[in-house]
Amino acid sequence: MSTSAGTWTTETIPIGGIAMQLTRAGNGPPLLVLHHDVGTLARLPFYDALARRFTVLVPSHPGWDGSQRPDWMRSARDLAAVHQWLLGDLAITRAPGTVSVVGLGFGGWIAAEMATQAPRAFRRLVLVGAMGLKPERGVIADQALVSYIDYVRLGFSDQSAFDRLFGAEPETSRLEHWDLNREMTFRIAWKPYMYNTSLPHLLGGIATPALVVWGRDDRIVPLECGERYAKALPRARLEVVEGAGHFVEMEKPTELGELVTAFVSQGDA
Amino acid sequence: MHLMYFTEQPMSAYPEAEGRAFGATALMFSNRHFDPAAGSRLYNEYLEDYRLAEAVGFDGIMLNEHHNAPFCMQAKCNVFASILAATTRRVKIVLLGNPLPLADNPVRLAEELAMIDMVSRGRLVSGFVRGGGQEQLATGVNPAFNRERFEEAHNLIVRTWTEPGPFRWEGAHYQHRVVNPWAVPLQKPHPRVWIPGVLSKETIVWAAKKRYPYIALSTAIEATKKIWELYDSVAADAGYAGGPEYRGYLQRCHVAETEDKALENARQFMWMQGEFTGLAHPVWSTPSGYFSPSIRTQFVEYAVGRRANPRGAAFEDQIASQMIVAGTPKTVIPKLRRLLEETRPSILGFWAADGFVSSADTRTCIRLLGEEVLPALREIGKELGLWSPFEANAPVSMAFPESAAPASERTAARHPTPLEVS
Repeated sequence: MSTSAGTWTTETIPIGGIAMQLTRAGNGPPLLVLHHDVGTLARLPFYDALARRFTVLVPSHPGWDGSQRPDWMRSARDLAAVHQWLLGDLAITRAPGTVSVVGLGFGGWIAAEMATQAPRAFRRLVLVGAMGLKPERGVIADQALVSYIDYVRLGFSDQSAFDRLFGAEPETSRLEHWDLNREMTFRIAWKPYMYNTSLPHLLGGIATPALVVWGRDDRIVPLECGERYAKALPRARLEVVEGAGHFVEMEKPTELGELVTAFVSQGDA
Repeated sequence: MHLMYFTEQPMSAYPEAEGRAFGATALMFSNRHFDPAAGSRLYNEYLEDYRLAEAVGFDGIMLNEHHNAPFCMQAKCNVFASILAATTRRVKIVLLGNPLPLADNPVRLAEELAMIDMVSRGRLVSGFVRGGGQEQLATGVNPAFNRERFEEAHNLIVRTWTEPGPFRWEGAHYQHRVVNPWAVPLQKPHPRVWIPGVLSKETIVWAAKKRYPYIALSTAIEATKKIWELYDSVAADAGYAGGPEYRGYLQRCHVAETEDKALENARQFMWMQGEFTGLAHPVWSTPSGYFSPSIRTQFVEYAVGRRANPRGAAFEDQIASQMIVAGTPKTVIPKLRRLLEETRPSILGFWAADGFVSSADTRTCIRLLGEEVLPALREIGKELGLWSPFEANAPVSMAFPESAAPASERTAARHPTPLEVS
């Protein structure tokens, strides 16, 4: 198994009448990473950490980060179905039960929807600060009321981590990306905002072993949602990462990388 | 010319210092600052002002609506339109307009508008708007589908007005099993539709393609000329000549007995001027997906405070550019002549006062406008050939190329309603 991250390449793959954008690197078992509502930077230390052990597949949600917008898409389930289609198209992920998935925030919601649609499709399921469930006590922070910068900052426990990744004052081009991504988020998840009322009733059918990870200081999705995911998924445990907010992979890449690698590798020869 | 009276119906009795301290008065400024006793008084004062406007000779009363903000008390323009339908007898009731994307049931809007048209005996002009950015948030309507909902709701309303039911509607945003409201407009083919706007090119192009008059809301003269260049070129492509009967303008214009008094009161136009909807919060006024993708860069920079409001300008600049006109009748008439000469609108709305201007001063303004300014403008309008859609018998739209008229003389008979007699 390769020990270096190797080269990252990006390709487009036609799925459902749209050109899906897929970035990949590494060797080893396939690992799908689904990004946040705010999109993703092209490279992250967390991705590099995973690519040392896995073939890491990071598709853009269609319409996010400059990829082609599917005008017809309306729901998290539509997004989930498109990602399933992509997995069915790639030789490395085609066989059921071979690919594991890491869903980050909004991407965690999509991963959970994918797992309810195909309960035996994944080898392992990791949800990090996942949206998708309606909190019983708190609320999921509403990005519509705060600026792009303030929303992303809200997801960090340590603001210096934001500064390192985006700069203290992100460039206008970054803001335009965030605006486009926010528009897509609205198209998919405007109302109800960031949850699906049927999801909690369907999680019980997911046979996949699951790891639920939450940043202790997540101010975007309350920790109670992590507790509910861990309870509703039949084979799940919850790990809380201290000193992290919503964007655990950007604040604590090493810790999250180790958690994911250990969990996904379990049962390997 | 068609000369209209307009007020935003400011809720001027709220504690101003609280609003300034909060910083943005549209959307999230708490309604605990709303005083319903003052609201009751103000609503009734505004009604009296409308009746005065009719009495002194205005041709139309222009109404609008906004939500969650002290700069405009009208939460539903159809409510005031209904009242005016019964309490006035001559003026056109010009709604500029109903924010279509905010409606989850456009058929209900079509019904309400039909009722207003019948009660007023065919005096309705039914404008449609997209609604401000904050309004999408105030009503929970997805800003990313704002324009799609606007166009589809419009299509559904016009069909509801013009095609006998029942029919079924299966659209992208609206689905109706049965469309068959028993209230239909008195005016045939349907009430005139005018489209107000500020700067979205898409809206200007859409209105011109439909052959609907476009009402420029207090834009600077040079910007207004560019609007008409665009409108006229789209009209030419569509096979008709643009011109005054397709051009409207809303002018902030305060008139008083003295220059000083007029200027002092005109400063109140800045009272709530942020964007065009109150002291605007950069994020709330520009929700993602709401504004035109062609100006995304400007708006994202505005949203994080790196750029001044693309729609804002200082009071002195607005006086200089005539976005605000203030003075005595004698001094404002030449300024308005310049507006008419340079931009050639046939529909002119007078936004006469705002903010904390007293009721007495507002009424003086309405009276001076009616007695001295409007007659002069009518003469200028004749001299310049600025014939309104009513005077020119302009077609209602591209789809219905005929003038609007009540369905029959009998139904439009001039029996005063009990309320008119009061």
